[in-house]
Amino acid sequence: MSDTAQDGPMLAADGTTLKQSLARSLRREKMRALLLIAPLLIFIFLSFVVPIVSMLFRSIENSILQDTLPETVVALENWDDQSGELPDEEVYAAFVRDMLVAVDAKTHTRLGTRLNYEETGMSSMFRRSGRQISRLDPVEDAPFKDKLIDIHDGWGDVNTWAVIKTHAVPYTNGYFLNAVDMQRTPEGAQAQPESKQILVKLFGRTLYMSLVITGFCILLGYPIAFLLANLPMRSANLLMILVLLPFWTSLLVRTSAWKVMLQQQGVINDTLVWLGLVDDAARLIIINNQIGTIVAMTHILLPFMILPMYSVMQTIPPTYVRAAKSLGATNWTAFWRVYFPQSIPGIGAGSILVFILAIGYYITPEIVGGTQGVFISNRIAYHISSSLNWGLAAALGTILLGAVLILYWAYDRIVGIDNVKLGG
Amino acid sequence: MTDTAVDEAFVQFDRVQKSYDGEILVVKDLNLSMPKGEFLTMLGPSGSGKTTCLMMLAGFETATHGEILLDGQPINNIPPHKRGIGMVFQNYALFPHMTVAENLAFPLEVRKMGKSERDQKVKRALDMVQMGDFGGRRPAQLSGGQQQRIALARALVFEPELVLMDEPLGALDKQLREHMQFEITRLAHDLGITTVYVTHDQTEALTMSDRVAVFEDGRIQQLAPPDELYEEPANSFVAQFIGENNTLLGEIVEVGTDSCVVKLDSGELIDALPVNVSNVGDRTKVSIRPERVEFNKDRLNPNAHTIKAEVKEFIYMGDIFRFRLSVAGNDDFIVKTRNAPDAVKLTPGETIEIGWLPQDCRALDA
Ligand SMILES: Nc1ncnc2c1ncn2[C@@H]1O[C@H](COP(=O)(O)OP(=O)(O)O)[C@@H](O)[C@H]1O
Ligand SMILES: [Mg+2]
Repeated sequence: MSDTAQDGPMLAADGTTLKQSLARSLRREKMRALLLIAPLLIFIFLSFVVPIVSMLFRSIENSILQDTLPETVVALENWDDQSGELPDEEVYAAFVRDMLVAVDAKTHTRLGTRLNYEETGMSSMFRRSGRQISRLDPVEDAPFKDKLIDIHDGWGDVNTWAVIKTHAVPYTNGYFLNAVDMQRTPEGAQAQPESKQILVKLFGRTLYMSLVITGFCILLGYPIAFLLANLPMRSANLLMILVLLPFWTSLLVRTSAWKVMLQQQGVINDTLVWLGLVDDAARLIIINNQIGTIVAMTHILLPFMILPMYSVMQTIPPTYVRAAKSLGATNWTAFWRVYFPQSIPGIGAGSILVFILAIGYYITPEIVGGTQGVFISNRIAYHISSSLNWGLAAALGTILLGAVLILYWAYDRIVGIDNVKLGG
Repeated sequence: MTDTAVDEAFVQFDRVQKSYDGEILVVKDLNLSMPKGEFLTMLGPSGSGKTTCLMMLAGFETATHGEILLDGQPINNIPPHKRGIGMVFQNYALFPHMTVAENLAFPLEVRKMGKSERDQKVKRALDMVQMGDFGGRRPAQLSGGQQQRIALARALVFEPELVLMDEPLGALDKQLREHMQFEITRLAHDLGITTVYVTHDQTEALTMSDRVAVFEDGRIQQLAPPDELYEEPANSFVAQFIGENNTLLGEIVEVGTDSCVVKLDSGELIDALPVNVSNVGDRTKVSIRPERVEFNKDRLNPNAHTIKAEVKEFIYMGDIFRFRLSVAGNDDFIVKTRNAPDAVKLTPGETIEIGWLPQDCRALDA
């Protein structure tokens, strides 16, 4: 009797195994916890996970060609785009049939816009041809090859058909290639013409300027955080209010204020001229360029550096520095060898925060950055709202997200994420 | 050589006052002089200004008034790192990002000592506190007692002549604390260091020190060797604070040089030793140590003053018996006896006669 009880699994009072009844009671607790956070989870799912996944999807999704020109795409399969000859009549006939449907549904202009990203001129070609193709009869007006070339000589260009064939895939790497200044061509991935290469440079500039901004934030924020953590309570509270003050002002207002400060007829230039440090004719250009972006963004992101630093420094007891001094260290040695190493987790946390915020910043570079000081995010915004090339915008966004994740990973490997503290 | 006491003083506080806020004096008129090699303890309740005194000596606070002399030199204007004073902090303050050996090497490094000499001294200091194998560990990997030893070794490794310790054993459990008390006194005496030790634990103060300064409210109430402090408390605060003490309230009716008569509030007259009472009519607190009260009739000294007492409670403590009595209106009058075969056991409710010698009965300020 007792043997079996000891050999087998432990039993609870009602005869089920102890494990099972423990799992059952825990499950109930977990369910309750889950219910409590359900509103937040749903909110995060709808406002964060869904948009990100849909963005990732948009960066490769490309079904528009097959949806709009189904027969043409099939017919083009038998055509060799390297032959240098135009496709057969079969392709032209299929194209006319597809276009008649598309013009009815008014989807041909959207296709034109899509193809225009790859080859300029496509958009107007589709718009203009659409009207005239709609007057053709799919049976009686055959053959179509010459008629189409009459309508728009673009249809007599091998390249037009090559572009259609190249991009007639449901999922494409074309947007990502565009995002790194390359393009999808019949001959495979190739570099964009020199004049269109701006995105890689922009990525580089975004990273570089974010690093510079993070660096300035460390330099400016560290002494303030140090003061906050070491001043007597009352002065520290006052200083804290000053640090938090920017949060109570709209971002737009703060950025515009910098415009007033930095422009050539602005406060800083006026003061410098008045002091005679700068000649009236040679006022400094410190806005609508990289300097403007760096100055304004450093100011705006500074609290995000100060707060984590402060909360870490607050946990460093003053006895450490006292101990160091009693052991014979000068003020500087005590700070550098004892205080500073213990404040590094705060620098780490602040830097990650500021860097990640900076890398995706949009409003400030847009207002004070000019052409030289804009970030990749401004380009993304342009593609979302002006050029309407959402696929490219999504690809750029995905790369940005990837870059942040990779940097985070590298940081974890080098510094260790355990070394990042937001206090406590 | 007119004033040898001052000439020999290694550490001297001269009319030192300290205020943090300009309103309250935290340290009031402190005068203290310590010869070289002395182990002096500052004992007092929390908030009495002990740490403040230590911090002024170490240089982390400046005296508002008065002068502190180290080896005859005023140190008010010497920055902390040049004072060469070793210090052990209450929470040890071991640098968490350095190993034990690096912690110990730190004071030597900042003194620009060569690596081989440094290693040698670190090793010697670690051996001194029996922690020779722990050099590579981080402070967080050590137990409280081990951290305490390292903190001690670090304060001693650069061979300071003066070491300050601020409640260094406060965080340890009782047994470890007793062991460390012994270790610290042994080291201090072996190395001939002058030590200022701060504690609020009177047992610690009595067992470790050459002299104890009892602090209260920013003043030294009494500065004396442990035995004198315990047996001849100078005022009622010290009598209450050090050891167990029975107090009877009364009024002086007669006073001479080495005896006085006190009329207790219950009406009885008793003889006592006048300590800091001088005028007839003064209120007084008469203090008698429990172990000086005899209640075994056979052992009562013929000169003893006797008085009636009612037994209230018997407390068994293993090695000793404690009895709570009601004497002359005081219901908390404690007496003790050793748990010996012939020990008298009193039963609550019983009325007995107790007695003490007049010189053990000290009339102090009320
Ligand atoms: N840095 C400080 N600022 C203001 N008041 C202080 C400071 N340090 C101590 N005090 C006050 O001084 C008094 C004595 O404190 P302290 O010297 O720490 O006493 P102890 O060490 O005997 O407990 C206390 O009332 C305490 O509140
Ligand atoms: Mg203290």
